[in-house]
Amino acid sequence: MGRGGFLASTMIGFTRALARAMASEQIARQAGLLQSLDPRVRVIGLFTMVLAAVLSRKIAVVGALFFVAVIIAILSKVGVGMLVKRVWLVVLGFTGVIALPAIFLTPGDPVAAIAGGPLRITVQGVQTATLLIARVETAVTFTSLLVLCTPWTHVLKALRAFRLPQEAVMMLAMTHRYIFLLVETAGQMFESRQSRTVGLVKGAAGRRIAARSAGVLLSKSIELSNEVYLAMQSRGFRGEIRILSDFHMRSWDYLGLAAFLAAGSLSAWIGR
Amino acid sequence: MHIPDGYLSPSTCAVLYAAAIAGWYSALKRLKRVLLSRVVPLISVFAAFSFVVMMFNLPLPGGTTGHALGVTISAIVLGPSGAVLAISIALAIQALFFGDGGISTLGANCFNMAIVASLVAYASYRLIATGAAIGAKRRVAAAAIAGYLAANAAALMAAIEFGIQPALFHDARGMPLYAPYPLSIAVPAMMIGHLTFAGVAEAAISAGLVAYLQAADPALLRNTAGALPATEEASAIMPAATNSLRRLWIAVALLMVLTPLGILAAGKAWGEWSPSELAMRQSAGQTASAAGNSVGPPAVPAGMQQLARLWTAPFPAYAPTFVKSARFGYFLSAMFAVGILLLVSLMAQHLVQRRREVGHS
Repeated sequence: MGRGGFLASTMIGFTRALARAMASEQIARQAGLLQSLDPRVRVIGLFTMVLAAVLSRKIAVVGALFFVAVIIAILSKVGVGMLVKRVWLVVLGFTGVIALPAIFLTPGDPVAAIAGGPLRITVQGVQTATLLIARVETAVTFTSLLVLCTPWTHVLKALRAFRLPQEAVMMLAMTHRYIFLLVETAGQMFESRQSRTVGLVKGAAGRRIAARSAGVLLSKSIELSNEVYLAMQSRGFRGEIRILSDFHMRSWDYLGLAAFLAAGSLSAWIGR
Repeated sequence: MHIPDGYLSPSTCAVLYAAAIAGWYSALKRLKRVLLSRVVPLISVFAAFSFVVMMFNLPLPGGTTGHALGVTISAIVLGPSGAVLAISIALAIQALFFGDGGISTLGANCFNMAIVASLVAYASYRLIATGAAIGAKRRVAAAAIAGYLAANAAALMAAIEFGIQPALFHDARGMPLYAPYPLSIAVPAMMIGHLTFAGVAEAAISAGLVAYLQAADPALLRNTAGALPATEEASAIMPAATNSLRRLWIAVALLMVLTPLGILAAGKAWGEWSPSELAMRQSAGQTASAAGNSVGPPAVPAGMQQLARLWTAPFPAYAPTFVKSARFGYFLSAMFAVGILLLVSLMAQHLVQRRREVGHS
């Protein structure tokens, strides 16, 4: 918990989420390699690369895919510093903690013993930990590139092109819109509570405040959904959903798609 | 609990995507029976609410903080189908927009946190809170237990998915290719954190929310409250009550059609003998064997013969005298009985309502 208690740490979390979303929107608007491709190609292509990283069983192939991800990031105006801070260090911290014991626990050929004791580092352990970290870093980098370089509306239109049910696409779009409104509302509620609080709120009192804030937010959400429902009714919504899809594939897009599919298939085949 | 890309093999991801798709399809199909224009904004706003609640830093006993899933309150307010969709949408946006949780593992995350957790939360809440009034403390306890069980069920599913990886996916030298720990390590490692922190966070937020709603907005708890005292009104959010009533009618009709199956049953129900049946040697033998081979009375008791003459049923042995077909007789008897019960129930309802109106005036 931060020094300001759970109210402050939750507000920091809200602000970070909003800042990340705004940064993503800015990057998505820049002129870069990924941004120049049709959103459907971006979704299919980067998903293929994620799949290739997950399918590859050789560290060298996963390493090569990671290198490709870094090149794509640079060409798409995604700062390496941002990737280091937002993706690589976070993944290393999380997956590293999980993978570290594997170097001792995985049975296999011992390479070293800790202080001559029973705890032995095995070749298989080191390889499995390295492969796990490399694969997760690579896959998460490709996912982050999709998130950073594609506006949410384009992701939704691409999903619609893949025959996702219209209701699901509509719910994804509406949810995304109301997340920001509810984050702002919750942030204001926490801020006003914080301004009226002297000292740190801990334990049961804190849980009560959090639960009541969530309760108020829930009541507001239901009220909001009623208003949205009435607005939809007043505009004549009868359950038929129409989404404009104005994407057009150009030769550049076909080239990009072919490159992604070729790179993904080749990596999966070599790394099998 | 969000599994990132790379921890699970592609085949595990494919199986869990298939399971999640089945869950989404079933939930969407159920909700489509309700007015679509009402459901879409409700699920969407609730998904946004769950997303925001997942960001709450909840103070936990011991001075640490934890994050809730928000799945239990979704299951309590929306029911299991609504919760499956709302949490899945929140998880999809976390993965596709915020990069939290993998794309290849989105099916697994939705299966664990949206489908399994929703069903566990809903079933345990309904089981514990059944028959309790909306404002009862039992509902708060039920929400806490449901939240604790739901978070731990989701964690257990994730632990099993991790734990089967080394056994199923390893190279020729035995090197694990995905999550490296077997079930014996993965399950305790995953469960310790959830049994002590994450489960407590979900229990605390669920109980707190139900307690708040009991006081501030009890209508939101009525959708999944089940049978309530007659004084409590039906749900204001989802028209589930109409559906359950319709299901009840279908079940009653089906049972009525199936009543002729009773003809197939051989022998006589124990203790339901008429004086003439009791006098028959075969029935007497059945009676003796059912009563542990104790010898029955030598003749039909006089009191029984006297009482048997008091009332003659209009449809004796479910076979009205004016109907020749035994099957149709059974069916007609069932229709007649259901009709009488309905009539009595409607009359009772009318009387209670009248008395209440007189009381109010």
